[in-house]
This record gives sequence, C-alpha cells and structure tokens, in this order.
Amino acid sequence: MKINYCDALVIGGGLAGLRAAVAAQKKGLSTIVLSLVPVKRSHSAAAQGGMQASLGNSKMSEGDNEDLHFADTVKGSDWGCDQEVARMFVTTAPKAIRELASWGVPWSRVKAGPHNAVINAKKTTITEEEDRHGLITSRDFGGTKKWRTCYTADATGHTMLFGVANEALKHDVDIRDRKEALSIIHEDGRCYGAVVRDLITGELEAYVSKGTCIATGGYGRVFKQTTNAVICEGTGAAIALETGIAALSNMEAVQFHPTPIVPSGILLTEGCRGDGGVLRDVDGHRFMPDYEPEKKELASRDVVSRRMIEHIRNGKGVPSPYGYHVWLDISILGREHIERNLRDVQEICQIFNGIDPADEGPKGWAPVLPMQHYSMGGIRTKPTGESSRLAGLFACGEAACWDMHGFNRLGGNSVSETVVAGMIIGNYFADYCLENDVTIPTKTVQKFVDAQDAYLDQILAYNGKEDIFKIKNRMKEIMDEKVGIFRDGPHLEAAVEELKELLQKTKHISVKSKERVGNPELEEAYRVPRMLKVALCVAKGARDRTESRGAHYREDYLKRDDANWLKRTLCTWANPDDIEPTLEYAPLDIMKMEMPPAFRGYGAKGMIIENELSAKRQEEVDSIREKMEADGKDRYEIQDTLMPFELPMNYKDKNERAGDK
Amino acid sequence: MSTQKGREITISVLKFNPRSAVSKPHYVDYKLEETSGMTLFIALNYIRENLDPDLSFDFVCRAGICGSCGMVVNGKPTLACRTLIANYPEGKLTLLPMPAFELIKDLSVNTGKWMDGMSKRVESWVHSDHEVDISKLEDRIDPEVANDTFELDRCIECGICVASCGTMLMRPNFVGPVGLNRVARFEIDPHDKRTADDYYELIGDDDGIFGCMSLMACEDHCPKHLPLQNKIAYLRRKLVALR
Ligand SMILES: Cc1cc2nc3c(=O)[nH]c(=O)nc-3n(C[C@H](O)[C@H](O)[C@H](O)COP(=O)(O)OP(=O)(O)OC[C@H]3O[C@@H](n4cnc5c(N)ncnc54)[C@H](O)[C@@H]3O)c2cc1C
Ligand code: SF4
Ligand code: FES
Repeated sequence: MKINYCDALVIGGGLAGLRAAVAAQKKGLSTIVLSLVPVKRSHSAAAQGGMQASLGNSKMSEGDNEDLHFADTVKGSDWGCDQEVARMFVTTAPKAIRELASWGVPWSRVKAGPHNAVINAKKTTITEEEDRHGLITSRDFGGTKKWRTCYTADATGHTMLFGVANEALKHDVDIRDRKEALSIIHEDGRCYGAVVRDLITGELEAYVSKGTCIATGGYGRVFKQTTNAVICEGTGAAIALETGIAALSNMEAVQFHPTPIVPSGILLTEGCRGDGGVLRDVDGHRFMPDYEPEKKELASRDVVSRRMIEHIRNGKGVPSPYGYHVWLDISILGREHIERNLRDVQEICQIFNGIDPADEGPKGWAPVLPMQHYSMGGIRTKPTGESSRLAGLFACGEAACWDMHGFNRLGGNSVSETVVAGMIIGNYFADYCLENDVTIPTKTVQKFVDAQDAYLDQILAYNGKEDIFKIKNRMKEIMDEKVGIFRDGPHLEAAVEELKELLQKTKHISVKSKERVGNPELEEAYRVPRMLKVALCVAKGARDRTESRGAHYREDYLKRDDANWLKRTLCTWANPDDIEPTLEYAPLDIMKMEMPPAFRGYGAKGMIIENELSAKRQEEVDSIREKMEADGKDRYEIQDTLMPFELPMNYKDKNERAGDK
Repeated sequence: MSTQKGREITISVLKFNPRSAVSKPHYVDYKLEETSGMTLFIALNYIRENLDPDLSFDFVCRAGICGSCGMVVNGKPTLACRTLIANYPEGKLTLLPMPAFELIKDLSVNTGKWMDGMSKRVESWVHSDHEVDISKLEDRIDPEVANDTFELDRCIECGICVASCGTMLMRPNFVGPVGLNRVARFEIDPHDKRTADDYYELIGDDDGIFGCMSLMACEDHCPKHLPLQNKIAYLRRKLVALR
C-alpha cells in the first residue's frame, strides 16, 4: 500500500480548493491538491458573468457597501441562509477581488467619460467620473441593488481560475491531477485523509493528512438538463455522506438558471440580461415586465425561471424538436458591445446553434430554457468550514453548505464565495492542521484501502443484466421530470421510490471489460451509486419540505412557511446498506438574525406564513439601531451589536472605497 | 424529437492502451445515426454508452471553454466538443490523439502535465515585491491595458497550438506557442515587474523565442484566435534587441 503523507489535503482543484490550498501552504504546511482533471480545467473555468464584490467604483455602483450586499444576499436566499456567514462573506469579498487583481486577474476597468448602456431595453449614456478611471468596474446582475458584479468580459471564471492556479504553482502547492478520491479515512470521529484512485494507472493509494478539505464542486450532473461540466457529479459530497457521520445539508435547494441554450444546455451568462438583454416569447413579445414589473428580467434566478415556464404553460412558448423554449434577445445591445463583452456567448451561439446573436431582429435570438445550474446544498459546515460532526473534515465552495446562499444563490455570488471561502475556511483549515497531529495507525489506513480494493473487485465480478449507463440516464430523467423547477408531493414520492430501485439495481450490472486500468465503464459503475445517493438526498429532502422557499417550489405548498420550515435539512447515510438517507432538521434562530424574515421584494406578495418571532426581532433591531444612531455610532458598530461575527487574518478590516469621505 | 432519420456516419478512432501488455494501436470504426446538432461530444458519448464502453476520451465543459478535448479530427487538431458532425459532408471522421503529448489511452492525452511544466518554466505568475494591502484601493490599471492583458489571458491551455507546431516535432523541449503567449501576457501586465532581461533568461534560446519557424499553424488552429504570431514576432524583436 502506498501512503502519501501531508499536513493539509485538499480534494478538488477548482477556485475554492486552490485558494484554500494557497492559504495552507502560506502557513508553512505541506499541502496536496487532488483533482479529477488538470485543475485549470475545473468547472470554475466555465463561469462567465462575474464575481460580486461591493467596491462601488463605477457610476451605477456608487454608494455600494457590505450592508447592501448583505441585504441582497439574505433576501436572495429567501431567508434560508446563515446570516453570520453572509456577513463574513460580504466583508471579505472586496478583499478577495483586490487580492486577485494583484495576482494578475485582468479585471475590466472603469474608463472615465461617457459610455453607452442598455437599461430596461432603452439605450442610455452613463458618464464615469475622472477619479474612478482605472479602478475595477462592475455590471448589473439579478437580485442586486447596485451594479456589483465584477468581470473580465464573459470569461471571468477562466481568468480567476488561472490567476489562482498560477499563484498555487508559485507557492509550490503540490497539485496532482487525474486522482479521484473514493472514500474518506476516519477514526473516532476524526478525518485523516482519503483513499484515492489514480485515473491513469488505476492504482489505489492512501493520502493521510492532519486535516482534509473537500472542494469538489456541485452535483448538477444528477440532472439531465444542466449547465454543469460533465465532472460535476457530486462524488466528493457523496464520500462525505458515506462516512455515515458527516451530514449533507439543504440538498433540495437546487438552482435552475433561466438562460442555457437549447438543446446543448450550454449557459448563456446572466450578464446577457445584466447588460440589458431581454426575454421574448413565441410572438416576439417581451413578457417579463408583465410578471415582474419592478425587476423584470433581473428578478432573482428562481423567479425568472419559474415565470418562463409559467409563460410557456400559458401557451406562449416556441415549439421546437426539443420541446418548448423562449428567446433571449441580446441583439439590442449592439454588435460592438457583444463582440467585446459577450464574445464567448456569441461563439457558443454561432458554433452550437448557427446563430449570430448580434444580428438584429429574430435572426439573432437564441433559444433558451431553464435548466439545473447550481447546488446550494452540500457538506454541512460550521462558519469555520469544519464539518459539524466529523472533526478535521472541512469543506468549501459549491461542495459545501457553508450556507450563505440559503435556498437561492444570486448570480456572481458563487465564484465570489469560492475565493472568499478559500481565504476564510482555508485559514481555519490551516490552523487546524497546525494544531493537530496524525494519530491514526497504518493498520486502519490499510483497512480503508482494502475496502475500496475489494469493492472494485466486487464490481468487476457482478454478473447481472442491468446496464450502468442506462441506470444513470434514468436517474437523470427522474430528476428532471419529478424533482425539477415545479415540484409536488406525488411526483417527489415517485422519484424517491424509483431512485431507491435504481440504487439497488447498481448491484445487478455487469461490466464488460475486466481491466482495472483505463476502463470508463468501471468508473461509471462506482460513481453512479454515489450519484444516486446524492440524488436521493435531493429528492427526499424536497419531498419532506412542505413549503416553497427560494428555488425549492412546491405547487402543493405555495407559501414560504417561516412558522414551520425556517430550518436546515440535514441528511446522513447511517448504514452502508441503507437505501435512503436519514433526515433531520436544525432550526435557524430568528432572534440572532440581523435581518429577520420579510418579503423578498420580487415574486408574488403575501405568500409567507409568518413566524411571530420575526416582528419581535425586527422591533428589537429597530430599537437598537435607533438608539445607537442617536448616540452617533457608525454602521460598523451598529452591525457588531446586532450580530457579532469573527474573521481570521485581517479580513475584518474596513474596506476602503473611492467614494469614502 | 425530430422523427426524420439522420444519415449514417462513420467515426474511425485510433485505439491504443500503452499500459496494457497486449494492446496494439488499431483503428476501430463505429457506425451511428447522426442527430441534429450532433457534436463529437454527443457522438463519442453515444459510442461509449452503446457501442464500446471501453473507449477513452476527455471532456469537461463540452462548451469550448476548458480546453480538455483537443484531438486530431481528419488531420487537424481541434476541440472535439465544438466539432459539428454536420460540417463533414462525407460523413466520415477519423480521430487520433494529439501528438506531442504523452498518450494516456485512445484519444486521451496528458496535456495537463505538459502545461504545468510550461507554467513553471515560464514562471507563469505575477512577479512583484510590492506588498499589497487588500483592504485598500486596488492599483489603477488603464482599461485598455487591462483589456490587452485579458486578450492574451484567454488561452485555455488546450494544447492545439502545440500539436500543430512544426518546431515541436523537432525540439521536444520547445516551450511552444502557448508558453511564448504566456510570457507576452505577463509582459503587458503592469502588476508583473519582470524586465526584458528576466524574460530573456527564461526564453532567450532556440527552445524558446528563437526556435519558432513561423509556420503559423498554431495561430490558424487556436480555438481562441489568439494573435500568436504577432506576439511571438514582437517578443523576438524585443529580445533580439537585448543582445
Ligand atoms: C456555466 C456556468 C457559469 C457560471 N457562471 C458563474 C458566474 O458568472 N458567477 C458566479 O458567481 N458563479 C458562476 N457559476 C457557478 C460557479 O462557477 C461554481 O459554483 C464555482 O466555480 C464552483 O467552484 P468550486 O471550486 O467549488 O468547484 P469546481 O470548480 O467545480 O471544482 C471542483 C474540483 O473538484 C474536483 N473533484 C470533483 N470530484 C472529485 C473527486 N471525487 N476526487 C478528486 N477531485 C474531485 C474536480 O476535478 C475539480 O477540480 C457558473 C456555473 C456554471 C455551470
Ligand atoms: S494558445 Fe490557443 S491553441 Fe494554444 S493552448 Fe492557448 S488556446 Fe490552445
Ligand atoms: S470539453 Fe471543454 S473545451 Fe471541449
């Protein structure tokens, strides 16, 4: 057995994992990053639109600050988030973006003088001040009060990922790609690393470490129609679940994005609408103002996605061989804008659909339909990023439920979370690795490796009639059809039952080639059962949550129920032989919130079953604020009294802004 | 779904597992029905799920963004996920793994390992001893300069320029168009304080800037349309002037 020892093990080399690794390496720890693919090819590379940070540099973001970013994030989450974490996040985001700038990410900058923009389908001129020239600029995104989303044209994730990956190389982080974590090594409630398979040689190895951080991204590929890269299978979350100890949280909170292109599911960024693009129906009519007069195309993603489907159900969809869709029209932004700021979008339309979106009129319209996009749920952590149940196991990025997105994430808040969490959680993680030793006996490590070894042999020996690819495809269909944008009890119940059957069927397959090396079917055979476990957490969580909150929308329970459901779902997989997860709930404490639950500002009004504590806490908050303001306290002091929070390093320092007096 | 029957196409793949004692390089023909909008991503997955579960290839984003899926299609290195079958009227596609990289199996090659080596070799990160206080305003960068840096930062390390490069065949140590582009990128970036002399140290030889034979295939094939030849010529003039 080959054992690789290190101080800090990071599983996953997207933005979150790499940034956390830099934090650990900078504290002098020997740090290893594992990834399925070369890290610069991680899914993070696909983020187009941008990263939220309240810099307030450009004209349309004038006056922005942490408080506004916080309020937008909490509302966006439909009050499902952990407000303390949201505060930690908004305070660190401006620092994260400035750090990335110094690492060479070529953020688009403010250019002094007038420039054209399209706002609410009308051409407008915006004039930038001279004293902001050369600072980082930002664009509009859904659900935000100010233009807060910073970008590099429409390749933001790519430039960020290359910036962070290069920084990791600079600090000599030991990056090992084509390595897949198969199980977590743990003993007595503590995590000590992972059993890992080399995807080139097929060899099993143990990675033993003082602490382990999972940053394996989301689980979009349990759905059929998804914007996610093909490696977003959720196996990182699944191996945490399979410990039987660590919990996954809010797995039913799945985001659907309004504008992937049909049929490939490749995303056309929210920046399209942020920059002024509009949605049109079969008659060419711009329908969003009819449903959401205030925010229109820029209501939050869950709302826009549902309105699109609603409009299609009202008979206004465009028929196609792939079912109904609507149109996204960005031609009104003008060719010059598109060729500079939305070039990847243009290329995607041209290559995959033969459309040039800069062509005026219906010729340039792109067919779009909401599809799975983001996993709000994940490995449940404390605000430090450590699993609340398995010591030494940390998680960050999309794989985690650190819980700043609650039940709906705002566009631009995810890549921002990855680097911010990488900074904050990376530091707590590094401290854990500094303070704890490896105490696990080699014998125990051997036991975990042997178990995976035996499992692979067992799979190769299966001699059943089922086909693993068919099982996988059926799972994806079930998730789309029964656990999608609109949900209800009977469909969810059917989904849970059929997913359970599929999980049992994975033991009745046979794998044609018996090779342990370079055998893609074998890889499917051990991944699909893990994906099914994740899918079951999503479906069962959704079935039992009898309310609508954020992206989780129940047609049989239309209201957000703060009286009964202001709580987090926790899923565990108690025994390896179980065929479904065990669910528990952890309440959110209204009396500790800085912003007690209220109306979000978009979507239908009056759809909340209120919790009586909301009004009580609001009164408390108002009176504290009033008193402190009268005493001349500033917004930082007031915030600190309302809801204190901590941050490592100097991340709590005040963020300087060009508009500061 | 459209009920119209698509034409039959043939995809011919060079299969070989260098890690197997018995495997020999050989072509396998797969016949399948074309569907509308079918790309090589869709076709190869169809083949794996229905015809040959043993076929190895690499896709990640399937959207032309991540650079995973470079392969040689009818003689030309290209991104498979952006390759539409409809663009091949004869209905026959021959697929080979990209040359110049270590073969993993079938169509899968180790571009990542090569690119990591390249990144380390040209020290593909910002060099600066200026301590940045991230609570304070960021350094101002002219919007045009930021944009010019971005234009070169768009490289996705797909390796297609490397697989297209004549010099590469003769000099395995050549840093490749991608490496020279990386130097050009940091040379523009005001955050990086390296001088022309520093860059000369990195690439001032025949394995670097003086190795290029200006055959241009790199630029012709680059899926991101990077101005590789221009930048290489610019660097060469700049570095020649030093000695
Ligand atoms: C098309 C698209 C556009 C987007 N645009 C935006 C945007 O504009 N703004 C925004 O804020 N957000 C955007 N998002 C969301 C955002 O990109 C992701 O949420 C974020 O990048 C996730 O980063 P991560 O580091 O958590 O994980 P990822 O980048 O997904 O990285 C996961 C890593 O884990 C590795 N891995 C996975 N499983 C294993 C395993 N078992 N063993 C070893 N390694 C493993 C992978 O190889 C990879 O390195 C977009 C998402 C999509 C799909
Ligand atoms: S320069 Fe172009 S062809 Fe070469 S690796 Fe970069 S994107 Fe690919
Ligand atoms: S799969 Fe990402 S570029 Fe082809």
